[in-house]
Amino acid sequence: MTGTLLEIRKATKIYGGGFLSTGPITVALQDFDLTIESSPATITTIAGESGSGKSTLANLVLGFTTLTSGQILFNGVDTTTFDRQQSLVYRRQVQAIFQDPYAVYNPFYRVKHVFDMIINNFKMSSSKEESRALIEDALNVVGMRGEEVLEKYPHQLSGGQRQRMMVARAFLLKPSLIVADEPVSMVDASLRAMILDIMQRLRDEHGISFLYITHDLSTAYQVGDEIYMLYQGAVAEKGHTLDVIEEPKHPYVQLLIDSIPVPDPSVRWGSNTVLTIDDEEMRVNADSGCRFYPRCQHRMDNCLTNRPLMLSVGKGGHEASCFLYSDSNEQ
Amino acid sequence: MTVEWSGPALGNAIEKDVVLDVKDLKIYYDTPLGDVKAVDGVSFQIYQGEIVGLVGESGCGKTTTAMGILRLVQPPGRIVCGQVNLDGTDVTQLDDRDLRDFRWRMMALIPQGAMNSLNPVLHIKDQIRDAIITHEGIQPRAALRERIIGLLSMVGLPSRVYNMYPHELSGGMKQRVCIAMAIALNPPLIIADEPTSALDVVVQRVVAQNLLDIKERLGVSVIIIGHDMGLMAQLVDRLAVMYAGHMVELAAVESVFKDPLHPYTQLLIESIPSIKERKPLKLTEGLTHDLRNPPPGCIFQERCPHVMDICRDMRPVLKEYKTKQMAACHLYE
Repeated sequence: MTGTLLEIRKATKIYGGGFLSTGPITVALQDFDLTIESSPATITTIAGESGSGKSTLANLVLGFTTLTSGQILFNGVDTTTFDRQQSLVYRRQVQAIFQDPYAVYNPFYRVKHVFDMIINNFKMSSSKEESRALIEDALNVVGMRGEEVLEKYPHQLSGGQRQRMMVARAFLLKPSLIVADEPVSMVDASLRAMILDIMQRLRDEHGISFLYITHDLSTAYQVGDEIYMLYQGAVAEKGHTLDVIEEPKHPYVQLLIDSIPVPDPSVRWGSNTVLTIDDEEMRVNADSGCRFYPRCQHRMDNCLTNRPLMLSVGKGGHEASCFLYSDSNEQ
Repeated sequence: MTVEWSGPALGNAIEKDVVLDVKDLKIYYDTPLGDVKAVDGVSFQIYQGEIVGLVGESGCGKTTTAMGILRLVQPPGRIVCGQVNLDGTDVTQLDDRDLRDFRWRMMALIPQGAMNSLNPVLHIKDQIRDAIITHEGIQPRAALRERIIGLLSMVGLPSRVYNMYPHELSGGMKQRVCIAMAIALNPPLIIADEPTSALDVVVQRVVAQNLLDIKERLGVSVIIIGHDMGLMAQLVDRLAVMYAGHMVELAAVESVFKDPLHPYTQLLIESIPSIKERKPLKLTEGLTHDLRNPPPGCIFQERCPHVMDICRDMRPVLKEYKTKQMAACHLYE
């Protein structure tokens, strides 16, 4: 089947500002567009600093919160118009892996419980043997064996094992999309590679797409296909991961990539860059104009009054939302 | 304490004065099933004016080591044995009164998640003033004010922060206030436990550069605990790698990244993701043994790709195998 698997159109999420609320409103996500094709499977990265709206996006896709405006379409159908049957399919097709592999288990149950629960919930098997085979199959994909782990309690497993079990749990349902919200940020460096490798294998061998949400650009660089760089709820730059990270165009993305510490002592941080202090007051949402204006080194008058649109800056759909790349603006 | 320099040159320490000398430090946590050996015989020295990084996976004892140096180990943990000599004083032997005076004046801590360690109901000025007055006694207000603003400017904060509350500051600014507090009494040693782990990369860089700047200006020695190898490469002079309560490698940061000796360090270096080239990711398998009863011999034997017979019986000691590079491994015997 070809077509779009997940399409997000003009998604906007505003927190606060309800009927009786007097407090300030927070625009967590504004006019966000994203498309994931159903084949081939891809790893789409959503990256940005804290408060950029990346977790809001995960919550929206998983249905934990609802959009203020805009649409999320799954296989061409708006998720808000789902009937009961379609919701059930959606819940099965879209799975999640969360950040903290310690918090997702109930410490009173053996780890087998997380698998049994979904098998019962989705009525996936009729006998114990059958369900055991399903679980075994899923565990093999992440390089584990059932007899080693299933009868244990969560505290008897390492963080890396727990996170792999979570991937196995998601895989058990044979989903078409896995939303991975910072899946490796709490796992040790030596085990991080393993989780990322599993993600790649699920994509290549099992055709599962990922929405990979992270603040760590180096892991995105290793595994990601498309990347969306968020800044304060809006896309600053998007394109193929290699293009964006190797040749960033938006001033914010340039600053971000320049700031990543290089794991090589002979290459020192560039010290000539003037850094704008990240003040609380600079986080105020601009009603008009570019959100990066207060911190930008290349700001122009135009940036304060008009909001930049996505402009093409390179091949393969590499786009940045910055007036620097607008033809009409070159004076 | 100025020690006559006799050993091999370690790191690019310009000064050869030993500030901190830790000898055979053991810290165990008491559990119903026996002692967890969180730190099991760690020895190292810190020289004046250097930054030493302490890295390792979670649970390897890096934070416990730092807490042991500061004698902040909380029950059920206890310091079993060992010496922590800081500027000629053995910290483990101090009585409570002396210890209170010693901390902050001689060694300061920037705790993990330091931004949450500020008192939310006190102005920044009052928190810094408290620390100074407790250790140095009452002083004229004007002089104190000037000194506190000086401290704030040293970490790149504007003077208006003096009159602000913690909630008015961003995470990075709070973190820098904590650094300003740590240097308030000009201690010879600062221990920073994951000083930037909760910050975004751009802010992380500002804070890290602050730390470097302070080291340059004050000549203070800093121990930085963390697991971000990229940050370590940028920030530290020497790197100490810990595994399961033992120090397995201690060397100049350049040598660790270029030519790591210990198999665990090699694993650690290979698993760093890069943004310069896409490479196949190095996979590692294996569980650390139960810290309650470590196997005889090398502590890394269960995960080591080069394990030999001798590793099962004899525990390797931290020895210098190359210039400026110490490791605890039988491979290099």
